[in-house]
Formats: sequence, structure tokens, C-alpha cells
Amino acid sequence: MTDVLTATGLRVSLGGATILHDVDLTVTDGEVVGLLGANGSGKSTLVRALVGVVPHERGTVRLFGEPLGRRTPWKRIGYVPQRVAVGSGVPATAHEVVISGLLHGRRLVPPRHARRRASEALELVGLDHLGHRACQELSGGQQQRVLIARALVRRPDLLLLDEPVAGVDLPSQQAFADALRDLAATGTTVVVVLHELGALAPLVRRAVVLRHGRVVHDGAPPAPAPGHAGPSHDHVHPHEDVGSAPADPLGLSGTVGWTA
Amino acid sequence: MTAVDEVLGMLSDPFMQRALIVAALVGLSAPVIGTYLVQRRLALLGDGIGHVALTGVALGWLAGTWLEVARQDALALPGAVLAAVVGAVAIEVVRARGRTSGDVALALLFYGGIAGGVLIIGQAGGTSANLVGYLFGSISTVSTSDVWLTVVLSAVVLAVGVGLRTALFAVSQDEEFARAGGIPVRALNLLIAVVAALTVTVAMRVVGLLLVSALMIVPVAVAQLMASSFHRTMAIAMTIGVVVTVSGLSITYWEDAAPGAMIVVLAIGLYALTAVLRPLVRRLRPRPPGDPHPQLEDDVQLTAPRTT
Repeated sequence: MTDVLTATGLRVSLGGATILHDVDLTVTDGEVVGLLGANGSGKSTLVRALVGVVPHERGTVRLFGEPLGRRTPWKRIGYVPQRVAVGSGVPATAHEVVISGLLHGRRLVPPRHARRRASEALELVGLDHLGHRACQELSGGQQQRVLIARALVRRPDLLLLDEPVAGVDLPSQQAFADALRDLAATGTTVVVVLHELGALAPLVRRAVVLRHGRVVHDGAPPAPAPGHAGPSHDHVHPHEDVGSAPADPLGLSGTVGWTA
Repeated sequence: MTAVDEVLGMLSDPFMQRALIVAALVGLSAPVIGTYLVQRRLALLGDGIGHVALTGVALGWLAGTWLEVARQDALALPGAVLAAVVGAVAIEVVRARGRTSGDVALALLFYGGIAGGVLIIGQAGGTSANLVGYLFGSISTVSTSDVWLTVVLSAVVLAVGVGLRTALFAVSQDEEFARAGGIPVRALNLLIAVVAALTVTVAMRVVGLLLVSALMIVPVAVAQLMASSFHRTMAIAMTIGVVVTVSGLSITYWEDAAPGAMIVVLAIGLYALTAVLRPLVRRLRPRPPGDPHPQLEDDVQLTAPRTT
């Protein structure tokens, strides 16, 4: 087992406020890790610091053994930011957005067969028939899938996703979970920020829970906080019956109430 | 005299030949960088750079007076290029730091550029009247060396803007994702700023510094109405750029009017026409049959769906 991602003593401050306090995280080859925590607990900031979008104040990040920077093997890393709106002033087709994912590091011109690879990536997320459409014309869930295709087009070995299923309807969530399962089966390492495991529950074997910028749990996925598991909440837990998350593996459900 | 003779007469006029070459090159290259600026929501950046370039023009005059070069304005264009590049880089640095909001930074440049230009031209022994040619363009006085300079500068703009289009698109479309892929975002942002500055100084002769931005932005605004892809938007904008500059300039060969203003009015007229005609064209074009909504199951259970 090799370490794909190592963060040690990671401290991140944004606008003078410390968002992450000395976070340690190691992810090994082939793991599927869920990053959980309440809104504002720092999970998005952690992922963004791991790929170098926000600078870190202290600590180190290593991806595939290399520090963040020129030597990072960017080709092997796919990142899906948390954002629904891909649109901007000038129209751009889904195809063009996905092709931009083929650039990384020093590669500033798309490789050969870029169009074919973009079509394949769009096919993976079930959008190949909409590749020529402007992103602005697509629905929110479809736009989210374009962003996922943009990360997959590199055929990454490490995939970091920031709330990929937020605002996506249930069938699409299930389709996304299936796609992620196939990727994990081929050995892709996945780090995914989530509010709740939902359709991904069967896949996520390890959960890292953040609270107030600190890691408060690292291990088997904890059960959802009380009130999120009740019948009235069924609509966001589409596969409650599958429920492969152990009910209360470490006796944590009382202490890890990340919905508070 | 027939219309053909008139056109041949225009084309055989050496002044007009030079002017047409410069106008076509500017019309081709200005919308390229304009496409990136519109995408970055920096449509007014060209204006900011243009105003700073005016200070550069005046500084060129001042340097020319000190160095006692033959023509007082010989150093005006190099001065404009220098000032525009410095100004563009400054705007980009301010924007990247995010300290001052972009529009305040632009406003400071607008006023600083004009005021600086007027003050310095006075020091150089000139008057504000000397600046008018730069503010509104002076394409009829284009010399052969101006043509060559325009050829070189627009070649640079086209090489960068078209050659690196995927990278510049990636950076303009989603800066965060580009950064997360290790793409040298800061270098590419600076490149866009510098190329925008070069474009402004190229276009200065044709439409003048006050209208420079129009040639970068308005063709893109028209193209946006027609296209659904980034590449096609850029291609259409470049075509529109050439058509309006060449036809605007040609009109002023027969009608006594300011070429720069004529070109910009044509471009804006084209925008208005496209905006009006677009709904009609859309209606004529056969829509693909069927339901535009994706076929998905409901998220809620309906016991008795309404059928009406």
C-alpha cells in the first residue's frame, strides 16, 4: 500500500481566520474516503488546500510522494470543485469545458485525440449526446456532471470531489454512485466531500469527520446524527434499506453529531 | 463613374491602402482578446488600459522633446505600449490580490490616465489638441512603418490568443480548476493582460483610445448572440471585427466622417440588429421535437397525478 496523499500539520487561514487547525490526513492507494462535517467545518477548504487552490500556512501536502508545485504529477489528479454554475459571459459547450480538463501542469495545448477523449469522458457521465450544447443551457445536475467529466478526462488515479451530488436528483445520484464504484474497482483512489453518505454509503469504507477545522473522527463511517435518520428524513437517504454503514461502529453516533 | 470605379479608386489610393490593411488587422485581432475579457467579466479592462496609454503617449512626447528627436511624436507609440503594459499588469495584480474591487481599480486608472496625459503633454510643450488624434484615432495618417508595426503586433496577439486558446479558455472559464491542475494561472493571467495592452495600442490608430474597447468587446457581444460555443464565438467575432472596420473605413472615404466613430457605430448597429432579429430567426429554425425536460423519475411520490 503506497500513500497517495499525505497532509501533515496542515494549517490554512483565509481572511485572517484559521479555517484548518493542524490537520493530518493520509490516504493510501485504492481507498475511498468520505470527508464529512457540518457546513463551515472546513471540509471544502481541506480539499482545496490539498490541490493547491488555497495556500497553506503551515504543514506539508504530498501527492503521490511529491510536494505541491511543479513536480506534482497533476496528470494523475482529478478535481471536481463545488459549484453548479459553469456558465459565464461567453457561451461554451460541454465538450469545450471537458477538453480544458486535459490541460495540466506544463501542458498548455490539448493532446491529440482530445475530442475523442472528451466524448468518452462525457459518455462516462451519460452526457455524450449533449456535448455540443452550451453549458448554460444544461440543468444544474447536468452541469455538475460536466464538471465530473472534466476531472475524469485525464483518467486520474486520485479523484477529489467536493460535494458532487449536492443539488442532484436521486437517479443521477445513483448513477454517479455506480460510476464511482466502477472507478474505485479499477483502483482509483477517491476523496469525496459529502454532507451525508446517501447513495455512496456502500462505497465509502472510511470517513474523516471535521468539526471546527479539526479532525474529530477517522475510521468507519459513523451513523447519521439523530433526526437525520428518522422517517421524516427519508427523502435524502434514498438507500436507507441498503444502509451498509454500520449502525454505530464505534459508539460515536452520540458524540459525532455533525449536524448540530 | 460607376460604383466599381469608385471602389477601384479607393483601393488605388496609397493612404487608403495602408489604412485598410491596418483596419483589417485590428478588426481581426482585437476581438480575439476581447473574447477572453468578456469571459472574465473584464469587459472594461480595455478602456482602463486605453486611458493609461494616453499618459504613455504624453510621456513619449516628453521623452521625444528631451531627446530632441526629429518628429515630436516619434516616441508616442512606444510610450503608449510601455504604459499600457505596465497598466495592464498593475490591474491584473490588483485583481489577483482581491484587495480593491476591480471596478474601483479601473476607475482610478480611467481618471489617472487622462489627467496624467493632459498634464504631461503640457510639460512636453504640446497642448491637449495634440492628444485628440490618439483619443479618437488618426487612421488616415498611417505611415508605412506604422503598417509594419501593426502587422507585428497583431501577429503576436493572434499567435497567443489563438495558439493558446484552450489554456486561456481554461484559466478564464474556471480559475480554481486550472489552479488545481497545476496550470501556471498567474503567468497566463499576466499574458492575457499584456496581450490586451498590445491590442489596445494596435487599435489606438484606428478607433482611438476612447473607443478602443468597443472594437474588442462589441463584436464579441454580437457573436455571443449567435453562437453556442466558445470557439465559434471567437471566430464570428473576428469576422465581424474585420467587416465593420473595413466597411466603416470605406464609408468615410466617400462620406466625410470620423472613421473610428463610424466603425464603432456600425458595430453597435449590428448588435442592435442581431438582438432584434434573433428571436425571429429562432422561431424560423425548426426546433428538435419532443420534451426539453430530461426524462427522469420524480423525486416525490404522487398518489394521483393530475393529467391535465
